[in-house]
Amino acid sequence: MTYPPPPISVEKGATRILTFWNVVAALLVLGFLVFLAEASRGVEQTLAELRATPVSLDPTNLPNYAARTSLRMLAAMLVSLLFTFTYATWAAKSRRAEVLLIPLLDILQSVPILGFLSVTVVFFMSLAPGKVLGAEFAAIFAIFTSQAWNMAFSFYQSLRTVPEELAEASRGFGLSGWMRFWRLEVPFAMPPLVWNMMVSMSGGWFFVVASEAISVGDTTVTLPGIGSYIALAIEQRDLGAVGWAILAMLIVILIYDQVLFRPLVAWADHFRFEQEAGVAPPHSWVLTMLRRSWLGNLLEGLLGRALRWSFLAVPKIHNSGRSMKQDSRWIDLAWYTAAATIAALAFWRVATFISAGVSISDLKDAVLSGLVTMARVFVLIAIASAIWVPVGVWIGLRPGMAGIAQPIAQFLAAFPANLLFPIVVSAIVALRLNPDIWLSPLMILGTQWYILFNVVAGASTLPSELRNVGTNLRVQGWLWWRKIALPAIAPFYMTGAITASGGSWNASIVAEVASWGNTHLEAKGLGAYIARATEAGDYHRIVLGIVVMSGFVIIINRAFWRPLYQYAERKFKLS
Amino acid sequence: MEPLLDIRGVRKVYPKPGGGELLVLDDINLRVQEGEILGLLGRTGSGKSTLLRLISGLAQAAGGSINYLGRAVEGPAPGIAMVFQSFALFPWLTVLENVELGLEALGLPANEIRRRSLAAIDLIGLDGFESAYPRELSGGMRQRVGFARALVVHPNILLMDEPFSALDVLTAETLRTDFLDLWSEGQLPIKGVILVTHNIEEAVLMCDRILIFSSSPGRIISEIRVTLPHPRHRLDPRFRELVEQIYVAMTTQPTGQWRASRSEHFPGLGIGSVLPQVSTNRLSGLLETVAGAPYNGKADLPIIASTLQKEVDDLFPIAETLQMLRFAEIGGGDIRLTDAGTAFADADMDERKRLFRRHLLGYVPLAQHVRRVLDERASHTAPKSRFLDELEDYMTPEAAEQTLRAVIEWGRYAEAFAYDDELATFSLENPA
Repeated sequence: MTYPPPPISVEKGATRILTFWNVVAALLVLGFLVFLAEASRGVEQTLAELRATPVSLDPTNLPNYAARTSLRMLAAMLVSLLFTFTYATWAAKSRRAEVLLIPLLDILQSVPILGFLSVTVVFFMSLAPGKVLGAEFAAIFAIFTSQAWNMAFSFYQSLRTVPEELAEASRGFGLSGWMRFWRLEVPFAMPPLVWNMMVSMSGGWFFVVASEAISVGDTTVTLPGIGSYIALAIEQRDLGAVGWAILAMLIVILIYDQVLFRPLVAWADHFRFEQEAGVAPPHSWVLTMLRRSWLGNLLEGLLGRALRWSFLAVPKIHNSGRSMKQDSRWIDLAWYTAAATIAALAFWRVATFISAGVSISDLKDAVLSGLVTMARVFVLIAIASAIWVPVGVWIGLRPGMAGIAQPIAQFLAAFPANLLFPIVVSAIVALRLNPDIWLSPLMILGTQWYILFNVVAGASTLPSELRNVGTNLRVQGWLWWRKIALPAIAPFYMTGAITASGGSWNASIVAEVASWGNTHLEAKGLGAYIARATEAGDYHRIVLGIVVMSGFVIIINRAFWRPLYQYAERKFKLS
Repeated sequence: MEPLLDIRGVRKVYPKPGGGELLVLDDINLRVQEGEILGLLGRTGSGKSTLLRLISGLAQAAGGSINYLGRAVEGPAPGIAMVFQSFALFPWLTVLENVELGLEALGLPANEIRRRSLAAIDLIGLDGFESAYPRELSGGMRQRVGFARALVVHPNILLMDEPFSALDVLTAETLRTDFLDLWSEGQLPIKGVILVTHNIEEAVLMCDRILIFSSSPGRIISEIRVTLPHPRHRLDPRFRELVEQIYVAMTTQPTGQWRASRSEHFPGLGIGSVLPQVSTNRLSGLLETVAGAPYNGKADLPIIASTLQKEVDDLFPIAETLQMLRFAEIGGGDIRLTDAGTAFADADMDERKRLFRRHLLGYVPLAQHVRRVLDERASHTAPKSRFLDELEDYMTPEAAEQTLRAVIEWGRYAEAFAYDDELATFSLENPA
């Protein structure tokens, strides 16, 4: 599915009409179409019909549920891509938009994912009253909010770092803005974007239960899907069903990996900007198959032609990158005034909304809960670092191991915390443990892997000369860690720790409250605060909780992680 | 005959961060006639690449006029194509797709695009590489793609921004010869060429006319016609004579602020002059070379350059720094060591450091200034930003950074002061 036009030797393949790959490719595409049709049929149902056929724990239903869930994920991914291409592009191209959109994105990223769901579900349900479609919208939106922000950030950063000489070449040869976007900017941004899509997908899975088994105040909808299946299994204390759910998830994630992400990664590899012939480029049998079949060639040709047609059709607005000169001060002034007014208005609305149903003591309560969660996050990150940094270095220095560990960690990152509820809750009850402490590990369950990912990546970039020098000078033990390993991975570790920290805050909403059947456990913390408010449908406290949590995340990022990251970057970057 | 390109009184300024403007190009007048290869020769910072960007419409001049075939250039003009120093190929497009890009932008029909691209690839000797990606190609092959991509749009003027400087010597020579062959056989669909270079021999080899630029601000200080017939030979006495003539022009003409004042015999250059980042190893290296046989203290710059395989941009900053430190004098294309220079070449390491320290603090005002500030302060420390801010009144932030970096390296070698990069602080103490 590369969009550049096929090499001139297309005709060669066309003479052999039926090859093995052609048949497989055709089957794959047809299968995908049937799957789309099957899975989207349920969307037209009414809510009453949905309630008439509740989710059941019969494992034979799981393929159908899995299909529905993965389709939802796919839809959310498409929406996220659309958002990425528009929002990030706007921010990168317009200086005025940038000053507003980028901080906004920063804040959106820190808002807990389930917070979005709690406050928007009623709106989405009202879009298609009485239909399943509305609830589907809400679920897709929730997944979207777990996927979109980091993708948009990555795309924005790529657009801002497009190599100057290529930008000049495209201007010199008179490429229109539209053509430049598809020929230069999107390809350049593709490799990091694909990586972020994979991370986003894991994020989506982690919250799959919460986004499908929607329960906000009086609104309860259970959409058929793996998430709802897990929720029901936990409610009914059915360990066998939990096992089936894990198996189904594993298979779906594997299929996603093989059919969607592997090909994407392999395909995106030729957009890498580094010109050196890389070490063993990633392979994907699906991509190879598509490339070798006439169907793939046909699709590729059509896409290429459509793109070139659009270059002619889209009017040539002269795009000289970021227009700075013509900007008049008056428009600037008007724009900033408008932005400030809207911000002030929004602040006033939020303030009145919260203060209408919230007292000072509520605020104190929320902030105190936030402090508890903060302590938990920091301790967990420290513990996870102590475990995963050595493991990550060990793996990263062994290229063979890294290839095996990567997909395993990817799967574990997608593993929803809910699936561990049975074990954790039973253990806490049986051993009479303190839930304030022993529920905490659930928070970092999905996010600790980012530390591992990044440390592995960092350790594998350590130049072999440096390692050899270490061996040659017989640098060993703690000295080796202090002078060679830790500095080399420091910038990478920071990236991982920042992601893990943000993710843990997000996860606190599902992790500080756990249940198994009718045993409910709760740890004190801001996540539990929001979860409780959501269950009660108390919108004032939901919003208050969200605001406080965003505040915490932003302040911690600005005051702690970012300076630390910049320090590591400056001091330890191998260039 | 109407010139292809007519440039009159062009100026270019960059805004300085603290307000005010920095003059990069001043009063540039030049004409390109049909059938001519015009060379722009000068040092880094002489604004010749900037001029090329003005001509290509990638940047706008602050004053003066640029007319292409009688029409003012206001943006990227069809009919002017550029070959980039770093090739600027799209790594995700094949050779063929890279070449096709410019034609796609013109909105030509698909079969026309294909036909012309294949013809250009054929012409430039890339047959068989159509479906290769740039990363699979050697530097020389990549630059051939750069040429094919520029030629395929059939430009009237081809702009070349140091197109051979990223290539190794042999590859560069092959590419130059191939280009000149095609050009003199009339096979190229172009009417005129502007070549930016800092390689003097390359300019003499390829150009019909050479304009020599001074630096900061860039001005045209000399024009040299080359009437030797093609193919030209480097060992031809007339060729050597032209090279020598250009060296003399570049070393005796005032080029830039501190050179301008130096003509009054070792000037006091202010702290506001841009210093080249030349390592102390290179300084000692050149001193030793000139001091030793067969030069014995006096050498011809072109000869030194060709023995050391150095280009103007490598050699001149070293020689000029030696001149600034009064270890050598430059003039008439020669470099001559002073007594101190000879003493330095003969000395051992400690003695060299002492000598260097005396000359650094004696003749480089910025080093003097740093040392004085450190001496005067009770803490004997000063932040880097203090000096950067001062320098930025005179130069761009990049130049200020480079200048300060140069002084830091020299100061460290001379043990005149210490610098902690972590804290971005100057001090008088070295770790004990």
